[in-house]
Amino acid sequence: MTSAPILSTSHLLGIEHLSVAEIGGLLDLAETYAALNRAQNKKTDVLKGRTLINMFFESSTRTQSSFELAGKRLGADVMNMSVKTSSVSKGETLIDTATTLNAMRPDILVVRHQDSGAAELLARKLDCCVVNAGDGSHEHPTQALLDALTIRRRGRAFEGLIVAICGDVAHSRVARSNIHLLLKMGARVRLVAPRTLLPADADRFGVEIHHDMKSGLDGADIVMMLRLQLERMSGAFVPSTREYFHFYGLDHQKLAYAKPGALVMHPGPMNRGVEIDSAVADDIEVSLIQEQVEMGVAIRMAVLDALARGLAAGGRNGP
Amino acid sequence: MTKRIAFKNARLIDPASGLDAKGGLLVEDGRIADVGPHLAGGVEAAEGIDCKGLVLAPGLIDARVFTGEPGTEYRETLASASQAAAAGGVTTMVVMPNTDPVIDEPSLVDFIKRRAGATAVVNVAPMAALTKGLGGETMTEIGLLQEAGAVAFTDGDRTIANARVMRRALAYANSFGALIVGHAEDPDLSAGASATEGEFAMRLGLPSAPAAAEAIIVERDLRLVEMTGARYHFGQISTRAALDIIADAKQRGLPVTCGVSAHHLALNELDVGSYYTFRKVKPPLRSEADRAAMVEGVASGLIDIIVSSHDPQGADTKRQTFASAAFGAVGLETLLPVALGLVHDGRATLPHVLAALSTTPAKIFGLPGGTLSKGAVADLVLIDPEAPFTVSAETLHSLARNTPFDGRKFHGQAVRTFVAGQSVFGPK
Repeated sequence: MTSAPILSTSHLLGIEHLSVAEIGGLLDLAETYAALNRAQNKKTDVLKGRTLINMFFESSTRTQSSFELAGKRLGADVMNMSVKTSSVSKGETLIDTATTLNAMRPDILVVRHQDSGAAELLARKLDCCVVNAGDGSHEHPTQALLDALTIRRRGRAFEGLIVAICGDVAHSRVARSNIHLLLKMGARVRLVAPRTLLPADADRFGVEIHHDMKSGLDGADIVMMLRLQLERMSGAFVPSTREYFHFYGLDHQKLAYAKPGALVMHPGPMNRGVEIDSAVADDIEVSLIQEQVEMGVAIRMAVLDALARGLAAGGRNGP
Repeated sequence: MTKRIAFKNARLIDPASGLDAKGGLLVEDGRIADVGPHLAGGVEAAEGIDCKGLVLAPGLIDARVFTGEPGTEYRETLASASQAAAAGGVTTMVVMPNTDPVIDEPSLVDFIKRRAGATAVVNVAPMAALTKGLGGETMTEIGLLQEAGAVAFTDGDRTIANARVMRRALAYANSFGALIVGHAEDPDLSAGASATEGEFAMRLGLPSAPAAAEAIIVERDLRLVEMTGARYHFGQISTRAALDIIADAKQRGLPVTCGVSAHHLALNELDVGSYYTFRKVKPPLRSEADRAAMVEGVASGLIDIIVSSHDPQGADTKRQTFASAAFGAVGLETLLPVALGLVHDGRATLPHVLAALSTTPAKIFGLPGGTLSKGAVADLVLIDPEAPFTVSAETLHSLARNTPFDGRKFHGQAVRTFVAGQSVFGPK
């Protein structure tokens, strides 16, 4: 395994500022970890002696455990900081929390926060590497990377690939990161949602906008469904779950609009019967959802490994 | 004994009279005793000040200043704000009622006046709340508050959501000839927003509101002004759409005026950069097209006055993520430099800009000052319109450090400031 640098920065804050080479490097490295994760001995010592702190201001079983497992398999000491027990709930500013953490000399901080820009703010104030595990409606880079890895492992080339991203794009960091990544890699991206769930000026991303599933899915290679937060469904952004499912919920009938052999993705957790029908979600012929979870661990190992290479080289907390 | 101060070798600019000439000015007992080219060489006085060709103008009147007194004195007191004002050439601050407690009682107006009298080095003109507790529901005692010394009525940076309440407040205020200062930002459309809707906010993933949230309220309030005849001043506008509506209303003869904040003249939405909370202001920074429209509005005179919207915030409220951080930027010390930028860019003449900073706000708010005419109070500022300097948050006189212009270079600033003939800023 090579240990050449992959990332040009000491943080992973988003996809927007990554180069195609950096993305490709991370995906290649993740392939090796995907293989390792299927072996009997899943452990390496790439992060031996390193301290990884998971700081999650929003609860997320899936992402947090994925990072925890990734850190442990690479040999790091992993600490999970739950916000409910931290002083953030006592009115301390985010920067004060960061400064306190900094004094504990972690090597890598993984942060999930409800506000856009939180990871970037911490990166400016901390000496360690910061990984954005989702900030507000801004970015969720490891999700986009794991989605890309999943697509690539199915033998699909990005160039010319048609990806329909469906649902609550307006509030979705997953959508933003995926849009950046897919466009960089040469894919064509469509956003499919009612106007209330699309950001103003969404077309400025260089994507196609559709308001109905039939035209949006027409000829698509990948159908990426987004989670719709329950509180947005009762008259605020859409009139009801019933109406939403009728027009935008992915069932086999709507999936038939897509290219034959089209694959379905969802970042989880799913609202069955709201944005996706169980018959599609559980159809192993079309659904990549379980594989996405598996690739999540591999991608996070690759990201942690790539950042740790920078640590050693830059002397940051290094020997 | 009469105290005399003689200014000589000045470029006198009095927007009130149209005077722009080399000359001098004589102050006696805090008032302007004489002014004009015939005093250029100075006269016999206890104190003589050689202006060395710099601009002597009426002291600036900043019609939109938030302080932390009473309630959050650690951010800014009337005294510390007044020091910042003096350093910025501002001789009168019109202060907002958004304090804790809210200035909605005659005794609280009296408190502001007494505290200012005892601690502030510049004039302080209090505004009172238009509705009790800024709640947007029950109107305050407009008549009694006016008698206590409130110069205008406003809910500060809050828009009164209920049109019926607004209509009645305007109608009642008009019975007393009171001035209403409104904030135009539809409270429902802008709820939770910290940026202007558009491509930039979308990329940063920031909760945002459409710029039209402003025009919607401007249109509504002008309809109410038409019905009630009340004198109405938009504290600050930030979009071309709002300006177009106001232009039309002015053409129809409605008693309406408007202001613009210095930061909306100098910055656009892209200046938020990577979540720079010191540039989170209310209303949020707008598109470049809207910023340019504000400059144009000042140049054409459609925008009547320029204000600082000075809003001191502490580390507790600004060292946060963008969405969680408080709105507001300090501005008393950068008001004049930003405004002078319009002169340097050839967009407006110096007398025109100084009118928007002194004479016109004095007229709108019915304040003394804003003129160099004989008999007027000697609130004066000596301006070096060319002197280059770099803003440094560290050297601000304000207690708060949240300037959106830290590190920015400007040309021109106040070098001396006088309130009623007393030097409050500059060499002793």
